[in-house]
Amino acid sequence: MTDPLVTVEKLRIGATTDSGRKVEIIKGVDFEIAPGEIVALIGESGSGKTTIALSLMGHTRTGCKIEGGTIRIGDCDMTAMSNRARAALRGTEVSYVPQSAAAAFNPSKRIMDQVIEIAAIHELMPRAEAEKKAVELFRALALPDADTIGQRYPHQVSGGQLQRLSAAMALIGDPKLVIFDEPTTALDVTTQIEVLRAFKSVMRAGGIAGVYVSHDLAVVAQIADRIIVLKGGEIQEVGGAEQILNAPRDAYTKQLLAAFEPVPHQPEEQPAQSAKPKPVLEVFDLCAGYGAIRNGEPAAKILKDVSFKIERGRNLGVIGESGSGKSTLARAVAGILPAYRGGVIVDGTEMKPDLKDRSKAELRRMQMVFQLADTALNPAHSIGAILARPLTFYEGLRGKAREARVTELLDMVHLPASLRHRLPGELSGGQKQRVNLARALAAKPELILCDEITSALDTVVAAAILELLKELQSELGLSYMFISHDLSTVEAICDDVLVMYKGEVVEALPAATMSSEATHPYSRLLISSVPKLDTGWLAGLEQDPELVAQFANR
Amino acid sequence: MMAEYQTTTAAKDAPKPKGPGWSFNWVGRIGLAIMLFWGLVAFVGPWLAPHPPGEIVDWDYFGPVSGDYWMGTDYLGRDIFSRILMGARYTVGIALAAVTLACTLGVILGMIAAVAGGWFDMVLSRLLDAFNGIPSLLFGLVVVAAVGSSIPVLILTLTAIYMPGAYRFARALAVNVNTMDFVTVARARGESTRYLILQEIFPNILGPVLADLGLRFVFIVLVLSGLSFLGLGVQPPNADWGGLVRENIEGLSLGAPAVIFPSVAIASLTISVNMFIDNLPTKIRDRSE
Repeated sequence: MTDPLVTVEKLRIGATTDSGRKVEIIKGVDFEIAPGEIVALIGESGSGKTTIALSLMGHTRTGCKIEGGTIRIGDCDMTAMSNRARAALRGTEVSYVPQSAAAAFNPSKRIMDQVIEIAAIHELMPRAEAEKKAVELFRALALPDADTIGQRYPHQVSGGQLQRLSAAMALIGDPKLVIFDEPTTALDVTTQIEVLRAFKSVMRAGGIAGVYVSHDLAVVAQIADRIIVLKGGEIQEVGGAEQILNAPRDAYTKQLLAAFEPVPHQPEEQPAQSAKPKPVLEVFDLCAGYGAIRNGEPAAKILKDVSFKIERGRNLGVIGESGSGKSTLARAVAGILPAYRGGVIVDGTEMKPDLKDRSKAELRRMQMVFQLADTALNPAHSIGAILARPLTFYEGLRGKAREARVTELLDMVHLPASLRHRLPGELSGGQKQRVNLARALAAKPELILCDEITSALDTVVAAAILELLKELQSELGLSYMFISHDLSTVEAICDDVLVMYKGEVVEALPAATMSSEATHPYSRLLISSVPKLDTGWLAGLEQDPELVAQFANR
Repeated sequence: MMAEYQTTTAAKDAPKPKGPGWSFNWVGRIGLAIMLFWGLVAFVGPWLAPHPPGEIVDWDYFGPVSGDYWMGTDYLGRDIFSRILMGARYTVGIALAAVTLACTLGVILGMIAAVAGGWFDMVLSRLLDAFNGIPSLLFGLVVVAAVGSSIPVLILTLTAIYMPGAYRFARALAVNVNTMDFVTVARARGESTRYLILQEIFPNILGPVLADLGLRFVFIVLVLSGLSFLGLGVQPPNADWGGLVRENIEGLSLGAPAVIFPSVAIASLTISVNMFIDNLPTKIRDRSE
């Protein structure tokens, strides 16, 4: 067997918090990477996966420090080196592809200048040669217009292209090891496929070893040879990709896999009502947009004649890629962005387009929960005050009665009552999202608009939130309009699905049969692009290139 | 990722973790002590003064520091120590009144403009921008020349000079907070503009606004001293600290303490305010983060 390229032994990384407390982030980690092998680091946020990946370059984030252990890459001991010697290795031996390519490129310099910067810094080759090599890399990464794309500025290429360009930047110095830090997390599923394919073929062709950091098992399954499962700074399980996916040994790995399995949603049995029930939400010909309004129409029109219905006690999922108008739809229904045409009927009453003109009773029926749990909670107010406000506002509750109701609400979302004296900054992401739900419930709504509420959460935490939503629905008879780009979450909670593309509903169909019965080409493309927990999925995936070119605006 | 890790551990181990407190460091405490000292002097100064501040008590002018006259005497032979104690009342009082008025008005208007937006924001912003274009000392000169110098006129003039800056600052902060989801949630709940401003936005801009208030206080002390130096501030025989410097400026070439000590008083007040504002308790400072 050949010598490993990377050897990490008893690695310990610690940090000092603002209050001066010492925290151990990485608690003695050992692993090896063979030349040409791609190893994935997988775990939740806080598991230390990025910290380990960065330490392979001898780098730690501000405040963190490598406290023990050794990291060897080839013949070099990264931990024992001087900073100057480490800097000489970065880009030539080890290089890094960050999560957000948009933030990693300097917007005021041409792409080519930035891609060949590593060659210039390390004086690897003359400029003309570096540019030639960059163009070859662009071709290998399947970028369009490989000869001229380098002359553009970063804002002139799409997100998926930029991510591939940042891989080209990492590869130009012929490194032996490339670190990918969640490179496809911010991309749409259809774009993700292209990027993953490009990464995989370049790495294989060059025989380059890679470390792939991700929280998404399905993505990792496509690209990694081996998977390391991390939790709380410790390795839970190491194994080949096939073994981890099909025969996990560790309990935590099993939990991760279980959270990934979609649980098909069972619709609530509705008690037979005497009168014909009105739909809880009916939307017809809704049009909304942004910008200055001329002749009653805004400059940028986003939503085009959207119509749908949500029956009482049923859930509607809205899926689509970024820019498809999903969030705009929720905002227009809630009245945050007044629609310029069309109407919203809640429980038989037609709503005014602008929420300023809606009455308290009308506003109460429909509540909205946002994607980013922490920006939706006022950092200056305690949890108790945040939950108490809608109670005072809608029902005029005060004193003891309000206090009791706040405790009850916290209990409904499975949070301890003692939490009400805390500030939002002292809660975890999942807890914050539960508080957001509790605040929506405080208004005793009939319909909750959920705008990507689980997208920013870890898989296991998100699965728990979905469970909570189902439980609340059966207790309170709620309906949800659930907006997401993640098809498995939609499958887990929704009865019906709307597929949106460029502000229009292209298809409406039942969630349970979504994957088999979708007829519109865009819905089929979207559904087939969701990665599956199968190592052969990407290789076996066949998509009509014309279809891809037509709908994925890359 | 780090922050997430810490909050989850913090959430587990204690019923109420020790959050940001009211305590602050020594630099801030020294600043606060000096500020409180001058505030106290402004209140009780006239009773402490060893000599009547307006009376000529020494036969010599620009007298040196002595047992009788702790900070020397001025160009007429008046006791400088007594005059500084009395001047504190004018300097601290006028500056405090002006800065409170300027910041209150500016912050409230700024938050309303940020939340209301539209034509109200546009008209008010352009109007105050235009006003900002007038040089402050020139504006003071014209106003005082037109209506004469009295304490209310001085306070209102200084307020008018510094209000647009406070407005701009508060509006810029409030515009950022206004786009946050929690404000959208409150708006979707149907809250009034008044509630949005006072409960949702104000607590989140308080830290920077207080820092701005401290800075503005210092500028006002300096402009007030400047106006007095030009003879447009507090009128003789009374004098604020800036006036004291002006009266005794000829003493500079004689090395008289009469010009040094009022300058030291101005410096100590302005520096101490900055020391305090830069080291506010984390409870106030970190709210917006």
